[in-house]
Amino acid sequence: MSAAPDHNPTMAQTTLVQRLEPHAPVLLVLGLMILGLIAIPSTSSWLTLTVSGLAMGMMIFIMASGLTLVFGLMDVINFGHGAFVSVGAFVGVSLLLGLEHMTGAPSLALNLTAMLVAILGAMVATGLMGWAFEKVIVKPVYGHHLKQILVTMGGLIVVEQLIIVLWGPEEIYITRPEALKGAVTFAGAAIEKYRLVAVGIGAVVFLGMRWVLRSTKIGLIVRAGVENGEMVEALGYRLRLVFVGVFLAGSALAGLGGVLWGLYQEVITAHMGNQSMILIFIVVIIGGLGSVEGCFIGALMVGLLQNYVAFLEPKVALISNIGLMVAILMWRPQGMIPVVKAK
Amino acid sequence: MSDNILTLKGVKTNIAQYHILQGVDLDVPRGAVTMLLGRNGVGKTTTLRTIIGHWRAHEGQILLDGEDITKVPTPAIARMGVGFVPEDMGIFSDLSVEENMTLAAVSGPINDSRLQWLFSVFPALETFWKKDAGTLSGGQKQMLTIARAMIEDRKLYLIDEPTKGLAPAIISTMAKALRELKSQGASILLVEQNFAVAKALGDTANVMDDGRMVWSGEMNTLATDGDLQERLMGLTMDGHH
Amino acid sequence: MLNKLLSGDMPRSKILAVLLLGILICLAFAPFLFPGVRSVDTAARICVFIILVASYDLMLGYGGIVSFAHTMFFGLGAYGVALASTHMGRGFDALLVGSVSGALIAALLALVIGLFSLRVRAIFFAMITLAIASAVAVLVSQMSGLTGGEDGLSYKIPRELGPAFKFYDGTVLGVKMNGKLLKYYLVFFSCLALFLFMLRVVHSPFGRVLLAIRENDFRAEAIGYRVVHYRVAATCLSAAMAALAGSLYAIWLRYVGPDTSLSMEIMIDILLMVVIGGMGTMYGAVIGATLFVLAQNYLQGLMNVAADAVSGLPLLPDLLNADRWLLWLGVLFILSVYFFPTGIVGRLRKGR
Repeated sequence: MSAAPDHNPTMAQTTLVQRLEPHAPVLLVLGLMILGLIAIPSTSSWLTLTVSGLAMGMMIFIMASGLTLVFGLMDVINFGHGAFVSVGAFVGVSLLLGLEHMTGAPSLALNLTAMLVAILGAMVATGLMGWAFEKVIVKPVYGHHLKQILVTMGGLIVVEQLIIVLWGPEEIYITRPEALKGAVTFAGAAIEKYRLVAVGIGAVVFLGMRWVLRSTKIGLIVRAGVENGEMVEALGYRLRLVFVGVFLAGSALAGLGGVLWGLYQEVITAHMGNQSMILIFIVVIIGGLGSVEGCFIGALMVGLLQNYVAFLEPKVALISNIGLMVAILMWRPQGMIPVVKAK
Repeated sequence: MSDNILTLKGVKTNIAQYHILQGVDLDVPRGAVTMLLGRNGVGKTTTLRTIIGHWRAHEGQILLDGEDITKVPTPAIARMGVGFVPEDMGIFSDLSVEENMTLAAVSGPINDSRLQWLFSVFPALETFWKKDAGTLSGGQKQMLTIARAMIEDRKLYLIDEPTKGLAPAIISTMAKALRELKSQGASILLVEQNFAVAKALGDTANVMDDGRMVWSGEMNTLATDGDLQERLMGLTMDGHH
Repeated sequence: MLNKLLSGDMPRSKILAVLLLGILICLAFAPFLFPGVRSVDTAARICVFIILVASYDLMLGYGGIVSFAHTMFFGLGAYGVALASTHMGRGFDALLVGSVSGALIAALLALVIGLFSLRVRAIFFAMITLAIASAVAVLVSQMSGLTGGEDGLSYKIPRELGPAFKFYDGTVLGVKMNGKLLKYYLVFFSCLALFLFMLRVVHSPFGRVLLAIRENDFRAEAIGYRVVHYRVAATCLSAAMAALAGSLYAIWLRYVGPDTSLSMEIMIDILLMVVIGGMGTMYGAVIGATLFVLAQNYLQGLMNVAADAVSGLPLLPDLLNADRWLLWLGVLFILSVYFFPTGIVGRLRKGR
């Protein structure tokens, strides 16, 4: 056994630790990747797994981001968020099945157009649904967590059942668009093309969301509202409208995530939203409820860990995420990036 | 039009089962500083919060420029030109000073000459312009919250204990800023525990006790009548001399 | 005497008293009143679910905590009995060991989850239990060597609880005096005892503190109660009770599988029963569980009849299909939370 790491309390070391502290969550993702590199014997497998992990993380992030923002802004916890994932997947996949002449053609442009149509369709559908969900299900139970949990869970059940009524109880299989099938080889590692697309879309969504939150007035209102909604209103902004907008956008993003997830799994079921809620919850808890950045980092960690562990010890993969959540909560009980709340 | 910018008539506010305001009558004259005084817990903060609409009056009427705002939502009241500086300051600590100010400029981009004027009143703002508001000191935060209310012209400023917990040197900066605001002809309703500041700034004074207005008149009258002070506000006020 | 047995919690409504008495009599004499395998089975199921729902209400209605892991605790008890019976051989000792260890493990797990999540925010608990319960359900399916996976486990219980054991030749009121009857009464009296115990708990000083916390946790904390401790204790007790209900169910069925003890559907059923019966009243569990189990068994047939009647129309037959039973329950659930938050019991007591 090697000697314990040096813990001399020198000035330089304290400042280094202090300087690194705020970046700890980001460093954790990198650390996880390095751990994976050490644990996984072949570099090419590691690369393959890392890309799948990132792809999975990006998709979870897209699905979870709306949930965490809605919570941050209005203290509303939506257990029915998964319903939007399911509906998005069903609408998107139905559109893709209808556009078979485009998805079946070996043209990347046509394939991507079809995907774009499916994604937009799914997002419009889930966005509208989110708007209705907010009005009918969530609005009457503002400020009442217990009822929120119960009622939104009820909403999830109803939506799941309606999906079965409309689309039938059987799962639907879907093949990916022609040009996105198969893998590319990079540095000896086989990387599925579709995963690269998922990573790309995820990165665009994250950067777009960051831009909106940091550089637009709406973003300022949302960030300020997360901290102190009452004061935002006292400045003259109608927080309720902003909240409905965020809810709608978050639902649309969940729908987008549903399409991506469905194509990733190549099969969709009415219960996929409910199942995705498990990962979504783990991710938002890890990240810190209300924090978009935390949600992003948490999602990447969950995606990476799940893929590494599934390669090393398949049976433990599922519990690994729970283990990660427990470890993070022991370190920071409010999640990695706790959200400051006035009051 | 009356020369009062704000009038409260028999306002009653309940919070949960508690009757905090039990019929408040108040006139805030235009272009003057109106002091709202009284011991802790008599309903001064609740009065301000009821005016801005954070809490709803269950009875009575609130008139802003003659218009009934008793049931108007908070954002709409703010947009009618009411600037609110709450007791807890309500700054957004995750946002930079710049972002705090940008957000406060409700009707559009920040007016540059007004900003320069604010910088001259509160030089610290310029120094920490890009910093997160959460990293500021208590006094700087208080300056930010007042500057934030002043970034656009308001009809009426509701300011809750701006000198609370501040060091004497900073209190004088604060008092200077409020005087500056007053010299612009602003109407201000000010809750203040520091009697020296109140004496220096106030035109009229209103003293509350137990959810009611117990005395209204000229600030001078109150400032020069020690017995009256003693009777209305007790020893709490004296402690601040 | 009655007052003491009910811990001073009288029904306080004539209709409610009649309903409760009716349910008690029906369950107490079920094998005689409703002979037939299916109806006795339904009665046993009602007994078990009353305990399961009451234990959930201990957490939700009294503690103000939403958990999605209640079926996990239920399953722990059920699998405890199943595993003990499989590995120790048939016998009452196996049932006892299985039940007790199931309850202990459930309480321990609840303690760990509670300490982790409740000290931060009560809603963390809901989210974390959802994640953990789902993980456990998958785990149980995966570890088929131990748990039988999706197929579950069948095992033998003591001969004295089987139909082959006759303790009296001949019949009483047309009912055979065999081990099956004994088994029913084992379940019935265990459930009755557990129910009265929980009634005692909620009316003890401990229960009153829980109620105070539910009303206003800040205030309770300010008065000096360690809110987290009380909530965690309620969670542990509730988990242990749920596990015992699971053990009784496992004894009754002589089988456990993910579908009968761990599935999310049962979790949703529990939620519905609590809300419809009435949160924060132990009697709500009785009414909710009874109504729900009866409806589950007999109403679905009615839906099929209705679906057949409208078979020519578009969409309606699909909506009325008995498999869409959950759809209507979901709607009913949402409506009850909005308009009927105190449930049937609350409504009956108010209308007194």
